[in-house]
Amino acid sequence: MIKSNSGIRKTDVINRRMFIIGAAKVVVFAAIVARLFSLQINENKKYLTLSDKNRIREWKLPPTRGNIVDYFGNVIAGNLKVYQLHIIPEQVENFNYLLVRLKNLLNLSDKKITRINKLKAELKPWDSIIVSENLSWSQFVKINNYLYDLVGVKPVMTISRNYPFNDVYTHVLGYVSQPNEQEILDNQIIQERFVPGMKIGKLGLEKRLENHLIGTNAIQRYEVNAYGKRINQLEHQKGQQGSKIRLTVDTEIQKACGKLLNGKAGSISVMDIFTGDIIAMYSSPSYNPNLFLFGISQDEWQLIRNNPLKPLINKTISGLYSPGSTIKPIVALSALENNVIDTKFKVKCTGKMELYGQTFHCWKEKGHGWVSMKNAMKQSCDTYFYEVARLLGVDRLNITAQKFGLGKKVLGEYFDTEKKGLFPNTKWKKNNLGKGWVLGETLITGIGQGYIQSTPLQLCMMTAQIANGGYSIKPKIIVDSNPISYEDAKQSMESGFLFDSESEELLDKRLFKDKKNIKIVQEAMFSSTNERFGTSYKSRIDDPKYQFAGKTGTAQVKRISKRERELDLELEQIPYKDRDHALYVAYGPYVNPRYALSIIVEHGGSGSKAAAPIAKKLFKLIIDRHELRNKQSNFERITI
Amino acid sequence: MFQHDRLNNEITLLQKIKNLDYVLLISVILLSVISVFVMYSTDGGEILFHTKNHFVKLAVFFPLMIFVAFFNIKFWHNFSYIIYLIVILLLVYVSFFGIKSSGSQRWMDVYFFVLQPSELMKIAIIMCLAKYYHRLKIENVNSLTSITIVLAVILIPTIFVVSQPDLGTSILIALSGLIILWLGGVKIKYFIYSFITFLISLPFIISFLKPYQKLRILTFLDPDRDPLGAGYQIIQSKIAIGSGGLDGKGFLKGTQSYLDFLPEKHTDFIFTLFSEEFGFIGSVGLLILYSIIIFRILRIGSISRSNFARLFCFGYAFAIFIYIVVNLSMVLGLLPIVGSPLPIMSYGGSSMLATMIGFGIVLSAKINHKQIIA
Repeated sequence: MIKSNSGIRKTDVINRRMFIIGAAKVVVFAAIVARLFSLQINENKKYLTLSDKNRIREWKLPPTRGNIVDYFGNVIAGNLKVYQLHIIPEQVENFNYLLVRLKNLLNLSDKKITRINKLKAELKPWDSIIVSENLSWSQFVKINNYLYDLVGVKPVMTISRNYPFNDVYTHVLGYVSQPNEQEILDNQIIQERFVPGMKIGKLGLEKRLENHLIGTNAIQRYEVNAYGKRINQLEHQKGQQGSKIRLTVDTEIQKACGKLLNGKAGSISVMDIFTGDIIAMYSSPSYNPNLFLFGISQDEWQLIRNNPLKPLINKTISGLYSPGSTIKPIVALSALENNVIDTKFKVKCTGKMELYGQTFHCWKEKGHGWVSMKNAMKQSCDTYFYEVARLLGVDRLNITAQKFGLGKKVLGEYFDTEKKGLFPNTKWKKNNLGKGWVLGETLITGIGQGYIQSTPLQLCMMTAQIANGGYSIKPKIIVDSNPISYEDAKQSMESGFLFDSESEELLDKRLFKDKKNIKIVQEAMFSSTNERFGTSYKSRIDDPKYQFAGKTGTAQVKRISKRERELDLELEQIPYKDRDHALYVAYGPYVNPRYALSIIVEHGGSGSKAAAPIAKKLFKLIIDRHELRNKQSNFERITI
Repeated sequence: MFQHDRLNNEITLLQKIKNLDYVLLISVILLSVISVFVMYSTDGGEILFHTKNHFVKLAVFFPLMIFVAFFNIKFWHNFSYIIYLIVILLLVYVSFFGIKSSGSQRWMDVYFFVLQPSELMKIAIIMCLAKYYHRLKIENVNSLTSITIVLAVILIPTIFVVSQPDLGTSILIALSGLIILWLGGVKIKYFIYSFITFLISLPFIISFLKPYQKLRILTFLDPDRDPLGAGYQIIQSKIAIGSGGLDGKGFLKGTQSYLDFLPEKHTDFIFTLFSEEFGFIGSVGLLILYSIIIFRILRIGSISRSNFARLFCFGYAFAIFIYIVVNLSMVLGLLPIVGSPLPIMSYGGSSMLATMIGFGIVLSAKINHKQIIA
């Protein structure tokens, strides 16, 4: 009985205690359910995001650069399919064997092999190594033929920059190449879109317009496992090609410029005198920008770098030259504007001019005799302009020259290599050289020598602004969103004012005090080219359709000694470096002018012999292309 | 009375089958089926090593459970001490000749599979203490002798298992033992006193922990202190569970596990995978299934006439509950990481063997619930 009693009591104890535990169990399970609820329901979004972050990884692909087209829509900087060779190390069975095979197939250098091995050590086994960025078609075919034996090798088709006109536009466009660290750090957009293998603009418009041209990355999303290995491709987000940019340039004219300057150092600029459109801008010699795309070889680079004609310099905007006699239209205009001379004013040229015991020579030793402004311009009489400059003074001349764009950047913002040149005045000398101005310096400034320095493009713009009747223009090389037709530009110029859309005000575009003075200078330039004894008479075109007016210039690169003057050597007898630069500025057609140009042939000798004949050849083409260009003015409008 | 006894002793096989607890049986089958599918998912949707082995083990141990059930509960009562001693001997054997793996020595090779005796101890200790309290007079429950004996019975295997080292299992063994103490009627104040003593000596105990164990506690307190190292498991586990949402990512679509972000997904973190693929609904469903099993075991305990069966069932129900709680709390980031499998679901032969034997004895108790053990 006792036993059974205690048995019952024990059962009671066990049951009671079980209930206590049972209650605790319910509470604990409830707590676990609550935790599950909080993780899976309340914080579901957070954890879903974290889970996606875990499993999805994005691979950026290089963006496709925007095309650059000429005025007529011809692609001058485009993109080309290229064939590349990648190795995916994790798929390779025998890496060394593969390298030996590839070395034989593609003639890889030992240096390249070392580099591939180094890359292999740095990269993850599933990241591809770019063995060759640009395989030729025959190499590509060869690789594909042997593919069965080249496990882990992947021939890839991709897109690369291409300059179809090779060296024609190098100085305008620049080129693209692999960015260095600093370039990536300096540009936020490049930093965001950078992927290995991507190329960026290194020079010229490619560099300046980088942010417009660059385009956006295509993005490939992959599901990856915990070790970062790609498992699935999820989606492909297409990138957007960079903006298309249309330039004002005409490839036919640009090409012709290249031909005309072939083998010479120099520059040709052609400009629309109303709209300021740059039609051509060629610096000679040029080089092939395509060489830089996949890393230029040392030999090729040295060849460019050591060329004595200095192809790396964009002479059109970075070359500084004494304008020589091409400045004379400005000197004449300034004197007319300041009422220092009139058309009847005459100077007797005896071949030289004495001033304070110093002799200033005219290029014509025998002298021109009594010359008026028109004749002085026609025959480029130095004595006349010494005298005019003396009467005018350098400061007044400086004001006129500045108005016409000398001593200032022409394109300014677009090329960071552009130089602003120099047009001196008394204050400048005092401030910069610490010395007082000497009258003799005024005289040589009057014939475009001495301190004065200008870029070919400045001379072109100067000429354009004389040609259009003396109105200020804003040169440009990119067709803007709302291009103004030349008729509109001309009309508003003739009213003297132009509505400036940037500052939203009417700007006084007149560069003259008296319109008549411009006409006088234009006529003088006409006579210089089209009348007997004119310095560029031999290069004239009689057909009024092509007839142009111009001014030659011969810029001394060193002081001519008395002995040399007496010797009067032929060009070939003078060492190349000592020969004069030949210059020519012109505009045409003479009736209803449309285009201005400037030509410089470095060390070419006299302007009339070396530069003016080029203009003759070029003008025919320029005028012939005029109608085509006019039709094209309403070509698609591109915003940048 | 004698007749009644005899009647129960001579219960026929048919009656035995009839008397099986089918709610428990179906729940266990359901759980087994789920576990095979989940294992199939951990293998990435293919029948590979883990799925195959898990299925084979189920196929062997499930009949073993029925086999165990067909022995009279009295038989298990009689052999309780011996079973306990055998398992102790196995622990001793393992501590000398056991197979070493990843820094611990817990396993022994028994030809067809690798046995982990500490898992068997989880059952053996319940059996042993259930028998002890079954036989102990209620008056002696709180005597010094009995408490000393009981504590020794708990401490001996616990120390062996701790020294393997296997903190998780040893805690589960100790807790399984202590619950019988509790059920047996040891004074509540003893529990309160020892709990307070435990809290006070906690810093002291922690100082005895191995560096990796300390690290686990630190990681538990702040998983983000080393997200790619010590905290990686728990962070990834929480991400997997949290991203499952209400209805989960779908069977075989758990990205966390499929892409190898989940560590130990076959064993301790199996629930994480399940929860990622089946969501809150699935997880609660699984908990309900476990609750049914626990409830059925408690019910069988409460209808048992013998205190041995009652104590065993209650103790075993609590043990199952503790395994689940420790495992889920761990994967949910509520407890530090201690290795503890989820019954039936986790891959692991010894754990499943022990669990199935446990169910078998419970079923035996059900079949023989009228059996009185003297």
